[in-house]
Amino acid sequence: MASNGLCPSIKNILLLDSEGKRVAVKYYSDDWPTNSSKVAFEKFVFSKTVKTNARTEAEITLLENNIIVYKFVQDLHFFVTGGDDENELILASVLQGFFDAVTLLLRNNVDKSEALENLDLILLCLDEIVDGGIILETNGPLIAEKVTSHNMDADAPLSEQTLTQAWATARDTFTRTLLT
Amino acid sequence: MAQSYVKKDDDRDDEVEYSPFMGIEKGAVLQEARVFNDPQLDARRCSQVITKLLYLLNQGETFTKVEATEVFFSVTKLFQSRDLGLRRMVYLIIKELSPSADEVIIVTSSLMKDMNSKTDMYRANAIRVLCRITDGTLLTQIERYLKQAVVDKNPVVASAALVSGIHLLQTNPEIVKRWSNEVQEAVQSRAALVQFHALALLHQIRQNDRLAVSKLVTSLTRGNVRSPLAQCLLIRYTSQVIRESGNNTQSGERPFYDYLESCLRHKSEMVIFEAAKAITDLNGVTSRELTPAITVLQLFLSSSKPVLRFAAVRTLNKVAMTHPMAVTNCNIDMESLISDQNRSIATLAITTLLKTGNESSVDRLMKQITNFMSDIADEFKIVVVEAIRSLCLKFPLKYRSLMNFLSNILREEGGFDYKKAIVDSIVILIRDIPDAKESGLLHLCEFIEDCEFTYLSTQILHFLGIEGPKTLDPSKYIRYIYNRVHLENATVRASAVSTLAKFGASVDALKPRIFVLLRRCLFDSDDEVRDRATLYLSTLGGDIETDIDVRDFLFGSLDTPLVNLETSLKNYEPSEEAFDINLVPKEVKSQPLADKKAAGKKPTGLGAPPTGPASTVDSYERLLLSIPEFANFGKLFKSSAAVELTEAETEYAVNVVKHIFDTHVVFQYNCINTIPEQLLEDVIVIVDASEAEEFSQVFSKPLRSLPYDSPGQTFVAFEKPDGSPATGKFSNILKFIVKEVDPTSGEAEDDGVEDEYQLEDLEVVAADYILKVPVSNFRNAWESLGPDCERVDEYGLGPRESLSEAVNTVINLLGMQPCEGTEVVPPNSRSHTCLLSGVFIGDVKVLVRLSFGLDGAKDVAMKLAVRSDDETVSDAIHEIVASG
Repeated sequence: MASNGLCPSIKNILLLDSEGKRVAVKYYSDDWPTNSSKVAFEKFVFSKTVKTNARTEAEITLLENNIIVYKFVQDLHFFVTGGDDENELILASVLQGFFDAVTLLLRNNVDKSEALENLDLILLCLDEIVDGGIILETNGPLIAEKVTSHNMDADAPLSEQTLTQAWATARDTFTRTLLT
Repeated sequence: MAQSYVKKDDDRDDEVEYSPFMGIEKGAVLQEARVFNDPQLDARRCSQVITKLLYLLNQGETFTKVEATEVFFSVTKLFQSRDLGLRRMVYLIIKELSPSADEVIIVTSSLMKDMNSKTDMYRANAIRVLCRITDGTLLTQIERYLKQAVVDKNPVVASAALVSGIHLLQTNPEIVKRWSNEVQEAVQSRAALVQFHALALLHQIRQNDRLAVSKLVTSLTRGNVRSPLAQCLLIRYTSQVIRESGNNTQSGERPFYDYLESCLRHKSEMVIFEAAKAITDLNGVTSRELTPAITVLQLFLSSSKPVLRFAAVRTLNKVAMTHPMAVTNCNIDMESLISDQNRSIATLAITTLLKTGNESSVDRLMKQITNFMSDIADEFKIVVVEAIRSLCLKFPLKYRSLMNFLSNILREEGGFDYKKAIVDSIVILIRDIPDAKESGLLHLCEFIEDCEFTYLSTQILHFLGIEGPKTLDPSKYIRYIYNRVHLENATVRASAVSTLAKFGASVDALKPRIFVLLRRCLFDSDDEVRDRATLYLSTLGGDIETDIDVRDFLFGSLDTPLVNLETSLKNYEPSEEAFDINLVPKEVKSQPLADKKAAGKKPTGLGAPPTGPASTVDSYERLLLSIPEFANFGKLFKSSAAVELTEAETEYAVNVVKHIFDTHVVFQYNCINTIPEQLLEDVIVIVDASEAEEFSQVFSKPLRSLPYDSPGQTFVAFEKPDGSPATGKFSNILKFIVKEVDPTSGEAEDDGVEDEYQLEDLEVVAADYILKVPVSNFRNAWESLGPDCERVDEYGLGPRESLSEAVNTVINLLGMQPCEGTEVVPPNSRSHTCLLSGVFIGDVKVLVRLSFGLDGAKDVAMKLAVRSDDETVSDAIHEIVASG
């Protein structure tokens, strides 16, 4: 997606654990064509940032001509990478959006085991933030809402669904019967 | 779920970390994926299995084509389920599996149905999935829906269509371009992100139409763009328009500058920063234009957010390179960043300060940096050391405090690269600032007293040997050097001995005492140290003054390239005749293509020594040296690049390399036989030199056998008048005996047939007698040659296509090295001066100054001035041009 010209673009979003291992990652650029080059990049970034304190405010660094903004919570390390010409604050807003959405989705229990337990939500979350390098949404609560609004627990009794959700389900069922 | 909550309270160190994916295995998960085919779908279970599959993919696991296809087909069955959560996972996995075109068809109808669903989330996602996996043909079917989606009232659906449009524009531009009107409508959307995506797409649709982009920018900068991201985009488009209209603006206001400036007051920091960055990047930005941007960046410097500080200091750092004065206002804020927790910020702050700092602030700055140095990593320290080096060269008067700083950090702990950077800096300062020499040398002496790096010790000792004797009191360095002989390893001891000898050779007063020290080294445990001491003692010669030749021999630079010397020594076979270093060629030749192919293959004929991976630079030497008839030709002056004598893909490929000696020329014909069924024997080139009167053939060396596809060489040597640049044309015929080869056994028949093969003509031109040798400073070299042997004349070159074509023709004719980039003619210029340097046969240095002028429409006139040590050479250059 390098040919997006002047449009801000995201090269990757990484969620690693406290040892630098993958929890969930998403690459949008061809800079790292193979899995081993991706893993090497993750290791490198992790080793260069692990000693910094990125717990209260997002931190930033420039590595191998990429700007990397990052934030740590518990045993989770959040990274967003962009080219060295990218507006640092745009990258930071993507990181913040990702971070806020994950916090909401994990109901404030932001740690590795909780993230793995809800990996489907994390993956959907990545899908809603960036599409092929282009920023889709940076507002954390909105991202979380997009992820959860169709992730209703199928087993939950109808009474626990909100009226709108119930209506959506009903409408969906109705249209489907019409179409088939 | 419950499990993980319980676990959280436990002591983590005691147990293996729990993961829902522990022990997960691809094969097992693929088995599990069979639940997708169940008639009674368990949505929750299916979701979990998809999550597992996605987990595997995310961890870098790959599926084979068969596995992926199988999973894909069973996943398509899940469209039957009405579970919303499961549908989202289905969308995800389809995107991850990126099915092939024929597989896509299976899901197309399901996705199209979702695209027209009443549920917005279905529509948005189905659009994104479909556009991701689809190809052009399908696109025309769904185009209508996409167009509608662009202006959908639900922002998520609109964004999905717009972003997909941006991706599709790369592959199917003609379709996306038809959406222009809808996209334009979407730019006016009230939803922030829709506006952003619409603007990005609209610009990409129009990016090749400058006028349209300019119009777009003009209308939008006046209007109301709500989204900060869209505003950032607009700023980028605006600066692009400014850049492209660049030259039209006179001294007046820059168009759109007001808009950029107004963005500096935007409420979003993202936009403020984008605008500030755009202003600092403007072509030829004035300090008046810069000021407001610098002011907002200065505010960012004291922000609590590291990202803001980093962005600001990085931009200011860039500005400092071109407009150091504009940044000085920020110096106080910048100084507080030296102690920033984030080392990237601190390093950027320091290097900015060092660029903008003035003479008076240096001392204060150094004090702050000293505190900071102890707790940063080596790589940052090196950046700082380099910045200090350039600062010192800028303010030579401040060398004392800077040199002190360097010597202090030299004493502290540090790795090799860091220490090397410091030592290099001190050496540069000693070289460029004469006042700093004494103290710098002493700092280095102290450093080698306790230096753990052999490489640095030997480098410093070598440097001391050169600079030390020139100081006022050379004797004070002797102690440091002689200490090395006692305390260090053999390598350092040997170089200390050489350094001592250099002092002895240059400072006569010290010589007797140095000799005492050197004699003690004769009892060293290492033979290299003893050898060196013996050599110096016997050559420097007691009490008398050291002979200049001896000094040159011992300490002068070696004018023979080491590679060449190495090859020659390897080729030397023990015999009556002693190895003569003067026969080692001094030119490092480039590697001709023809021989590249040959490298690695076993050479045939000539009994050439087996080739290792040695470069073909040496293969000429080896070849020529191995032929006794060429031994008395003297030193090789130049070997030309290979000239092809046959067309590509003919039966026999032949190229020629011209080797020029003082009184001889040797043609080396490189032949390749490309016919597998033939073996060539007694290959020779018959050369007709009737059009080269000054040459007479003295010798020719045939190639005994030339099998298929293994290169061989044959040589022809000519005598020519000594030192003269004789030229001429030679016609060549390849003569050989052909023997048929049995393709099965590979054996050649006994009887052969004589045959000939016409080759192209070959010319020896004047450029063959000139070596391309660059000079570092043409002006100095020109002055030093003086006007004694200068020859100046004017020539009319007649009508030429362009000035640069004329310049190139003359450069190629002379075969000399263009200096200082003067071979490039600026476009549309009417006159040009080109500087050339080279060495003429007989080792005569030649410099040429060419002045070209365009006369009338196309006629080129040229003034040629030549300087050299020998007027016949100067004349020869003129002859070349006159006859060329």
